[in-house]
Amino acid sequence: MVRLFLSGDGPQSRILGAILLLILFCLAFAPFLFPGTRSLETAARICIFIVLVASYDLLLGYAGIVSFAHTMFFGLGAYGVAITTQRMGTSYESLILGTMAGAGIAAVLALVIALFSLRVRAIFFAMITLAVASAVAVLVSQLSAITGGEDGMNIRIPRELTPAFRPFDEPVLGVRFSGRHLNYYLVFFTCLILFLGMLRIVNSPFGRVLQAIRENAFRAEAIGYRVIWYRVTATILSAVVAALAGSVFAVWLRYVGPATTLGVEIMLDILLIVVIGGMGTMYGAVVGTAIFVLAQNYLKDWMGGASDAVGFMPLLPDLLSPDRWLMWLGILFILSVYFFPTGIVGRLRGVT
Amino acid sequence: MPDTIAPSLETHDLTVRFGGHVAVDAVSCTFRPGELTAIVGPNGAGKTTYFNLISGQIPASAGRVMLEGKDITRLSVAARTALGLGRAFQLTNLFPRLSVLENIRLVIQARTRRGFRLWSMAASQHDLLQAADAVLERVRLTHLAHLPITALPHGDQRKVEVAVLIAMEPRVFMFDEPTAGMSIDEAPVILDLIAGIKRDPAVTVLLVEHKMDVIRSLSDRIIVLHNGALVADGPPAEVMASSVVQEAYLGKELIDV
Ligand SMILES: Nc1ncnc2c1ncn2[C@@H]1O[C@H](COP(=O)(O)OP(=O)(O)O)[C@@H](O)[C@H]1O
Ligand SMILES: [Mg+2]
Repeated sequence: MVRLFLSGDGPQSRILGAILLLILFCLAFAPFLFPGTRSLETAARICIFIVLVASYDLLLGYAGIVSFAHTMFFGLGAYGVAITTQRMGTSYESLILGTMAGAGIAAVLALVIALFSLRVRAIFFAMITLAVASAVAVLVSQLSAITGGEDGMNIRIPRELTPAFRPFDEPVLGVRFSGRHLNYYLVFFTCLILFLGMLRIVNSPFGRVLQAIRENAFRAEAIGYRVIWYRVTATILSAVVAALAGSVFAVWLRYVGPATTLGVEIMLDILLIVVIGGMGTMYGAVVGTAIFVLAQNYLKDWMGGASDAVGFMPLLPDLLSPDRWLMWLGILFILSVYFFPTGIVGRLRGVT
Repeated sequence: MPDTIAPSLETHDLTVRFGGHVAVDAVSCTFRPGELTAIVGPNGAGKTTYFNLISGQIPASAGRVMLEGKDITRLSVAARTALGLGRAFQLTNLFPRLSVLENIRLVIQARTRRGFRLWSMAASQHDLLQAADAVLERVRLTHLAHLPITALPHGDQRKVEVAVLIAMEPRVFMFDEPTAGMSIDEAPVILDLIAGIKRDPAVTVLLVEHKMDVIRSLSDRIIVLHNGALVADGPPAEVMASSVVQEAYLGKELIDV
């Protein structure tokens, strides 16, 4: 049963298995384990970024294609929901329609970019994605009548998914359950299904071909695989999943703006997480995202605490000041790449 | 070879230029099933480039390639493979971090056209794994099946290269110096495999090789390339005896024998 869900691709390491189970457990029961708005925000963000990063891993780690447009596809999904609900009014239909529109546009755009550039050389693809992503980011901030420009757009979602909705009169397991929690479970299960779906794809005959192409595209073609079509398909799949993650993110945040979805910073985060977690493993996205998002959200706090605790010593408080958190994140990154060149998952699986 | 057997592979005035340099110069040649043709010529004569034109890695500047009567000059490499053309490379060219078994399994998956299945599990397609096992048994690599290519010594990598070709089950086999860089005791294994392939009267074999004893024992015919042009074509004894060929076009190895 477990084997079926994981598509026969288990963690292959006891420690990794334990870590994954812990993360799954924490995310599945987050509303009860960590009550409080901020921790629920963090948990939802982890769910969504796991899918976003895993869909990037499908492209980079499995197909060996470097793209800088992943946040653009993420944004297409988010804006799809925002624009559709604004035009069509708040309803589940418009959420679904907006999600489908975002995913559809992402698929078409991915097809066009891939066909134009992958025919030439894989590196050309990276440059084209950078250009298109920048163009779309500019477009989104210019077309403020449609997209809300730099301010972004607030999204009105059905009441059942908002904090105002109270499905139960009594607290559940000590938690006053609200529509916000329902919304969280929508995020959680959508992300779980998307992740397991991707795990299935990378372990399919198609996924094996992608790995072969990554290893040696020239030979993959020589044994009879039309490399271009496999790369194009991988690009589309990855874009569609990123867009779906974006739609879920928009519904969760009830807001979309350039900074939350399209920003260069997010693209960098995705790259860092894939590398930290371990490329071409899928599970790297889970472990990497959990560590990264936690660090991003709580490093400042921890540092503030630590800085105060060592306040009597020279220099240390300065180094640990919350303003330095980005430096520490950078150091964390360099150390992890230095000690785990194959990522955390690669390391735990004993691949050197 | 009787001319009544329809040719499997033909090149008509096949030419490629790199800048001003003509690497393959209007080579017209016909290959038939049941025949092993050795292609010889000094280094840089254009043998590998001739192969690249036939299997499609390099587009031809002029001329045509015909496979079983069909013009394949403009087809992609993968399409030519699907039509029954199989090529082993002079420099080992495998999926380095994948296991030996997976390298072969991928070939059989390609041949059976299952690459675009996105929703089934590759690991549970037992027929492919069994077929791959059978190929590994044939080349005596079963004991290495689960090692990545990078962990194999050069000689075994060459064997996998041949195993890939066997797994492709092509009708036209192209070997480019299959024993290059192999030790004296390893080479016979490869040559036995090629001899085994040759026994099937339905297959055509093209073999680029330098070692004269190998050519003598395996080939039905020799063609000689020099500066990209076809300069001799005939039965082994005849071509080897031809003094023009010996003096002007063949490497030292040939003359020594
Ligand atoms: N892609 C290429 N670009 C430019 N020159 C090439 C290319 N491939 C081969 N050549 C040249 O074509 C000639 C034939 O090379 P090759 O076919 O490898 O010879 P052989 O296999 O007979 O030793 C050489 O002079 C080589 O430098
Ligand atoms: Mg050569």
